[in-house]
Amino acid sequence: MRTRAKLKFALLAALGFLRGAGRRRKREPIVEAEGGDPRAELVVALLLLAAAACALMFVVVYALDWPKLTQWLGLCLGACLLLIAAALIYAGESFVPTEQLEEDYPPLEHPEEQLEIAQIGSESVRGFSRRRLLLGAAGAAGAALGAALVVPAASLGPFLDTESFYYSPWRRDRRLVDEDGKPYRAAEIEYETFYTAFPEGAYREELAAPLVVVRINPAELDLPPGRQNWAPEGILAYSKICTHAGCAIALYRKPRFPQAEPGPALVCPCHYSTFNPADGGTVIFGPAGRDLPQLPLLVDSAGELRAGGDFSGPVGPSFWGVRTRRPTA
Amino acid sequence: MIRRTIRFLDQRSGSAPLLKKALRYVFPDHWSFLLGEVALYAFVVLVATGVYLTFFFEPSTAKTVYHGSYAPLRGMEMSRAYASVVHLSFDVKAGLLIRQTHHWAADVFVAAIVLHLIRVFFTGAYRKPRELTYLIGVAMLFAVLLEGYLGYSLIDDLLSGMGLAIGYGVALSIPFVGANLALLIWGHPFPGDPAFWSRMYIGHVLILPLLIGGLLSAHLALVSSRHHTQFKPKRIDGERKVTGIPTFPGQLPRSLGLMIAVAGVLVLLGGLVQINPIWLWGPYHVYDGTNGAQPDWYLGWLIGALRLVPHFDVVVWNRTLVPNPFWGGILFPLVVMATLMAWPWLERRATGDRRAHNVLDRPRDAPVRTGVGAGFLTWVAMIFMAGSADRVLVFLGISYVSQLWFYRVAVWIAPIAVGVVAWRLCLGLKGMEEVQAEQEAAVRSARLE
Repeated sequence: MRTRAKLKFALLAALGFLRGAGRRRKREPIVEAEGGDPRAELVVALLLLAAAACALMFVVVYALDWPKLTQWLGLCLGACLLLIAAALIYAGESFVPTEQLEEDYPPLEHPEEQLEIAQIGSESVRGFSRRRLLLGAAGAAGAALGAALVVPAASLGPFLDTESFYYSPWRRDRRLVDEDGKPYRAAEIEYETFYTAFPEGAYREELAAPLVVVRINPAELDLPPGRQNWAPEGILAYSKICTHAGCAIALYRKPRFPQAEPGPALVCPCHYSTFNPADGGTVIFGPAGRDLPQLPLLVDSAGELRAGGDFSGPVGPSFWGVRTRRPTA
Repeated sequence: MIRRTIRFLDQRSGSAPLLKKALRYVFPDHWSFLLGEVALYAFVVLVATGVYLTFFFEPSTAKTVYHGSYAPLRGMEMSRAYASVVHLSFDVKAGLLIRQTHHWAADVFVAAIVLHLIRVFFTGAYRKPRELTYLIGVAMLFAVLLEGYLGYSLIDDLLSGMGLAIGYGVALSIPFVGANLALLIWGHPFPGDPAFWSRMYIGHVLILPLLIGGLLSAHLALVSSRHHTQFKPKRIDGERKVTGIPTFPGQLPRSLGLMIAVAGVLVLLGGLVQINPIWLWGPYHVYDGTNGAQPDWYLGWLIGALRLVPHFDVVVWNRTLVPNPFWGGILFPLVVMATLMAWPWLERRATGDRRAHNVLDRPRDAPVRTGVGAGFLTWVAMIFMAGSADRVLVFLGISYVSQLWFYRVAVWIAPIAVGVVAWRLCLGLKGMEEVQAEQEAAVRSARLE
């Protein structure tokens, strides 16, 4: 035992000699290190080993494609990360040196350099005789180039042509169909519920296409002048798109509590704009600033619902020219 | 070996002095300083998980029929974007884990930024010479809000479509140019040109992340060049000297530990707590909507603002000057952002204090600032709460209309009340401290006699 220790010492001494360690001068310590903490170091090592086990578990779970895979993967990887974090933080709190240092805040400013920068600037242009002209010309070139570089952005959209905001697929005699393309018959429209209808044969993924159809007792209707025959048998059609921010109206408030809620109303679930279908789609609550556009209806000889014309106004959210004209096909 | 590596790097980069300085950079210690760090680490998780998601996501509105393993959607027509996210969620191993971790990280990211902002505000950390750091931070918050909005809009499920419709309505509401601007962004009236999806996608995965990363780098560079602020240290002059633990070795295990802990919590949430189950919402169609639609939490204040405004458009000669969504969707966030950004200069003008500050205030040290801040926070929080009135109606049965009328009044009264209470509280706390100090001084002088 003793000879082995001696041998080891001799070997280390020889190694040190070879590396020239003896020649190095002793340096002032920078880090104020305290003594180690064997128990804490063991705890940290155990935490790290547990983390390794969790990571391996992650690989196994992934490879075997366990049931509840997402949960097990999250649990394994999350536990692994948290164990590593615990090891690091515990090491930081126990045996990693944490000296309190003091340091000067950097100076707020460098007056000498400030002066020099300004000086460099002014001296560099001192010899120029047409300073104003150069500045103006450079400004013109910069501004013009900027404009030229911005212009292609106009290709992103039609930009000046807002005609498409007034487009509508509805026209007189176009049939109202349901989601499967089956025409709606007037007789199947019931009270106290609402139906979504589309223009027959037209593209549906645009704001002017979908309608909400309801039936109200004709005696309770109070439509604006000029719309007297827009609601045959009390069947009304409105644009399904809220005039506030373009969501689809998905709620029909039926007057289950007459005292509190005076009548049926169409409600948009996004910001609760509330429209009265009985009087032409006026806003009775919520933020919408325009009435819901109404579509005139007809019932043909086969008893099917058809459009009697186009909407009373453009559909969807308000914009600059939204009140200037009615939509067209 | 280590010596040799350092030597190799120093000879080729000349960075040894810089590195040495960085290793001994002093971090003052306080738990609230970690909030910004949490935000930073959430961003790291977002980038890592986000890159993985791009390997599977298809930013396309082209129609496809779903044939994956989620039975309720089988045979349904949907966009490739939505189909690819459903596929990622059900048929890509670890796909749902990464997706949910990404979503959770986004929610935590914004929360950490907001808490960090609140800490910075109430301690006066934004004062000279750190106004630029603060401005960049506020700009980052708003870039992050847009980034998050684009993220969940990309999926093309029912909720994301409803959110986009609202964004479109808000864009249209910008006076004079709204319609033109919306055409530039969407390429066509809603739901827009197919190229709109490419635009959102590149915005979400490249343009905004670069912008946020750039602002983040500038933010951190400015923090380290002016050094951290600190609470008043006991023995030294805190305005001249900063005291704390150096980056290496003391701070490293703590910071690294915090980063990995943040990642660990986010992965646990991503694995165990469901978030945005898009397969339940179904694909979006312009004619579909659902009740109880709520966005991610950080857009709640805008939903509340949009809902609170009474029904009117400003119309002059049949021209719609100010469509309604402008107030809640554009003006309100602009006012919040402008107030936050202008605050350091507003305060400076009001107090006449133009000195540089390295020592932080406690909230009570600046009663007026604390009062104004508490009031402002209450204002935004009340508007946020108004956004959940529909859920309160469903769960507690309180009439939506009466709730809205309550909020329409309360958003103006509550901030004043809270602000005054906070201000008085600060004055009281400060007065109490002064009395205590006097008593102690009296006891000491009595002893001396």
